[in-house]
Amino acid sequence: MSYVTDETERIAELLAALPPAPLGWVAAAQELPFARASLDGLLARARQDAALRARLLADLEAALADEGIPATPAVVKLARLHLEP
Amino acid sequence: MVLNPHEQTSAVQETADSSLDAKLVARCRAGDVSAWNELVERYSRYVYAICVQGFRLSEHDAEDVFQDVFAKAYEQLGRLRDDHAFRPWIAQLTRRTCIDTLRAGRREQATEAEEPEDLDDTLALLDEALTVRDALAELDGPCQEILDRFFARDESYRTIGEALDLPQGTIASRISRCLVKLRAALEDLGSSDRPVNG
Repeated sequence: MSYVTDETERIAELLAALPPAPLGWVAAAQELPFARASLDGLLARARQDAALRARLLADLEAALADEGIPATPAVVKLARLHLEP
Repeated sequence: MVLNPHEQTSAVQETADSSLDAKLVARCRAGDVSAWNELVERYSRYVYAICVQGFRLSEHDAEDVFQDVFAKAYEQLGRLRDDHAFRPWIAQLTRRTCIDTLRAGRREQATEAEEPEDLDDTLALLDEALTVRDALAELDGPCQEILDRFFARDESYRTIGEALDLPQGTIASRISRCLVKLRAALEDLGSSDRPVNG
């Protein structure tokens, strides 16, 4: 019987080890495919256009706003991944 | 090498878990957005726990690492050599990103970044915990809900009773029954890859 109790206690401990991540963080990560789609054209242009690339690197949020792309956390993360060395 | 029964169970569970991951990764590569949502949902707690329990990052740094890890995972999914190896891959990605964040912070304070001494033990615990969550997903909805609320979300009997419209006096016995079902599901995962109904 003590085996059952020990096992059950261990399972309870393991359940407690993984609390949920904040909902907003999860939602932002789930937006990545849409963020990528909205950035595709801009990133392709930035690869060809040094001035655009420099503008994006200088003030990413403002440059995204100029391009009509909402600077959601997912968009900003992806853009930085592609633009920064 | 001969595995003890616990190790045998873990090995079979890892195979079952990695099969699910491989299917999700393949669907993501094919452009299935719902598969990406599922993959994020499935690993969000794991990545979060590595950040805050494994590396004891602040909430601010943890959020930054969390978003970085999923952005890198999304962008680099095509480079994953073995779709079954998603779990160790994202664990390593998270570990490296946490270390980079610690190093960046410590550089400002002119001290060296170090991994916490008990990091490997914590990561092993989180791996095991993820397998328990996979078994939990095989139970009926009410059991999943009550166990998650009580243990993972640390909600009181009162909060659970109000949220699920259950008399407070029945919560403890429901939790106990659901734990027995979860234990059976874990054992069943150990003896067969077949899903278990709760």
